Amino acid sequence: MLDFPRWKTIGISIILLLGILFSIPSFLPEKTRESLPAVLQAKVNLGLDLAGGSHLLLEADIADLRKTQLANMEKTVRTAMRGETGPDDDIAIGELSTAGGRISFLVRDQAQLDAARERLFSETQGAGMTGQRDWSINVIDSTRIVMTPTSAGQAQAVANAMDTARDIIDKRVNALGTREPTIIREGTDRVVVQVPGLQDPAALKELIGKTARLEFRMVDTNADPNEAAAGRVPVGSEIVPYAEGEGSGAAFEVLRRQVMISGEQLINAQQSYDPQNSQPVVSIRFDSGGSSTFAKVTAQNVGKRFAMVLDGKVLSAPSINEPILGGSAQISGSFSVASANALAISLRSGALPVKMTVVEERTVTPELGADSIRKGAIAGIIATVAVLVLMIIVYGRFGVYACIALIFNVFLIIAIMAAFNATLTLPGIAGFVLTIGAAVDANVLINERIREELKRGRRPFQAVELGYSEASRAIFDANVTNVIAASLMFWFGSGPIKGFAVVLTIGIVTSVFTAVTVTRMFVAHWLRTKRPTSINI
Amino acid sequence: MRLLKLVPDDTNIDFLKWRKVASAMSIILVIISIALVAVKGLNLGIDFVGGQSVRVEFTQDMPPIDEIREKVGDIGLGEATIQQFGSDKAISIRTALPDGDKAAAERAGQQLVAGIQKAFPTAKAGSVETVSGKVSEELLRTGAISLALAMLGISIYIWIRFEWQFGVGALGRLFHEVALTFGFFAVTQIQFDLNSVAALLTIVGYSLNDTIVVYDRIRENLKKYRKMDIVPLLNLSINETLSRTVMTSVAMLLALGVLLIFGPDVIFGFTAAILLGVFVGTYSSILMSTPILVWLKVGPHSFVPRTVAGMDGGERVERKDDGAVV
Repeated sequence: MLDFPRWKTIGISIILLLGILFSIPSFLPEKTRESLPAVLQAKVNLGLDLAGGSHLLLEADIADLRKTQLANMEKTVRTAMRGETGPDDDIAIGELSTAGGRISFLVRDQAQLDAARERLFSETQGAGMTGQRDWSINVIDSTRIVMTPTSAGQAQAVANAMDTARDIIDKRVNALGTREPTIIREGTDRVVVQVPGLQDPAALKELIGKTARLEFRMVDTNADPNEAAAGRVPVGSEIVPYAEGEGSGAAFEVLRRQVMISGEQLINAQQSYDPQNSQPVVSIRFDSGGSSTFAKVTAQNVGKRFAMVLDGKVLSAPSINEPILGGSAQISGSFSVASANALAISLRSGALPVKMTVVEERTVTPELGADSIRKGAIAGIIATVAVLVLMIIVYGRFGVYACIALIFNVFLIIAIMAAFNATLTLPGIAGFVLTIGAAVDANVLINERIREELKRGRRPFQAVELGYSEASRAIFDANVTNVIAASLMFWFGSGPIKGFAVVLTIGIVTSVFTAVTVTRMFVAHWLRTKRPTSINI
Repeated sequence: MRLLKLVPDDTNIDFLKWRKVASAMSIILVIISIALVAVKGLNLGIDFVGGQSVRVEFTQDMPPIDEIREKVGDIGLGEATIQQFGSDKAISIRTALPDGDKAAAERAGQQLVAGIQKAFPTAKAGSVETVSGKVSEELLRTGAISLALAMLGISIYIWIRFEWQFGVGALGRLFHEVALTFGFFAVTQIQFDLNSVAALLTIVGYSLNDTIVVYDRIRENLKKYRKMDIVPLLNLSINETLSRTVMTSVAMLLALGVLLIFGPDVIFGFTAAILLGVFVGTYSSILMSTPILVWLKVGPHSFVPRTVAGMDGGERVERKDDGAVV
């Protein structure tokens, strides 16, 4: 065991040197680091609790998604039954209902039942691996067709919506110009957003919390205001409430259900100012299809009013004074520059396919984070020095070896964390301190064993040899249990706990290497060159 | 240079003499801990019950806590839990999870920050945390699962590596330590949050580290001294590993003590819990995990089949490659 061939010594030395080399970038300021070669760019990331910043967990409103899904299918059914070639091709249906999360309707002519079914089937899509469709189509009482979303179809709809939502949130957060945001999907219906260094998350939440579904719809001028107040509106219209602070007294507008133009037809949105009163507004530009629709509708409806509806709330309902032909418009409302800007970003990035809600928020100010780093670093250094001194007092030369190994251990942990792009959190610093304690334990085990073997009258060589071999077994078993605890922390833990588990796991591996292999190399070298007849330990 | 010996050479302390007293004490402490948790309850943080918490730093002198409590109460989010950190200028203000949909916590958080800034213009409402009811339920569930799995997983590992008695001993010991740590959280009313679960898992890992060292020595001695009675053998094993147990504990206590005094106040509770765990763990290694083995009737036959042990009459079985004079 104490026989150290040259290649082994060289190998260990290379690992230790690499450890030091790759840990250096993490200590350097950003500027200096950027001038290093690409290989040396990796550094340890600081968690939000140390760097300051916001962590938001967003959850999709699945019920909302189901509703949209159902409404879309309802539209699809109507279109499909209308037929492509003209009135002759129509299938007459009635009693169309979406109650109970299903679509159910009556086919008036029983002879057309199969044809109706055929048409609907071609509207459904495959979902999942089992060849299932996303909707199941059943016939009840040989007159009624019932369409139910299958579980595979629903799961796929959620997955698609979440992928899109993630991309849109990504676009919006990046538009804020923050550095290194992390936006990842979590579980089936969640998205985690982490933005380091952010002082005030209010703007961020405003930005990603908004669905940003924009619609231009005509105001129903035929509606009787008194009837509407009582909840009765003409067929094809509905009551849409004003957004908070808008409407100058009016609580709602009666709008046509039909959407004139929607946010999907936008090609650009910018915050700007209203030339008349210098209020912040959002200027939008439609694509060519949107432009011609807008021109046509405004030309037909001069003197009437249309409403700008955002996420189901009316922002404003201006009168059409003249046809708007240029394909651009202004969204006005009581905006501040910031909120107009946020809306412009949201509109540019597109509407979220599903409503997202913040279910968890953790924000740490950069000052508090800096304070934690400083105190953590001070505590870490003092703790390391204290333990080093104790080791030297108790084990002398062997204590010095253990100390050198311990210092290498610190570098190795940092180097590996940098290589894996791991994140150092506040509990991670505690994990660091704990790892130092655990690394010492391995050396304590070895050194105590050497002491024991010497007491039994063994000669130095044998005592050291036995010390390492006998202690290794316990060191191995003990560290496996720690790895079990750490990996459970990693699997089940969230945020800070994960950071702790990462440091602990890396620390366990490196401390076994440094405390056992590296010290053995030193001890072996000393024994070979000095050939001591007694050991002071 | 004369080296320091924390434990004198060749100790021969009859630790197992106290095993009944120690066990009685441990059982009483565990019962007290459970009772404390039942009666006083844990000061559960928003991680586990949901709600919103804001860390407030005062740039000038901090108003009296009662005044803060009153003014925060006026915000209309119910009574606030106020916790002071190490510094006398920073406090954490926590209010209970409001009723309503899953966005309720987030809205209440904004309301709380705005309310605090209005009531105390000189204060800085810094770090904000809001956790909705659904998320906190999940965190509580996964926290409990990971703790239970860690205890079980480690015990099973020990059972595989050693014998079932050792696995049971480890589990018993872990239960003891986890119960006492819960008791500690109940007595001190230090906030019990996700970090506390990390602390518990660390204690579980550390404890086992300790147990394994002693168990490893017991296994070694059981193979070595097959005719020796179990009680003296366990005593011998504890004494042989005593200096290691003490040395490691001192090193750990030193490192953690430094972290407790000089470290960031945000992880004070976390460090305190681990510190207590190391302390209790040292006691358990010596007086708790070993006596269990006596009751579970561990003997040489646990590792070597009985018949072979009977045929082999040697008092001491030397290793083949062992040429040392004994």
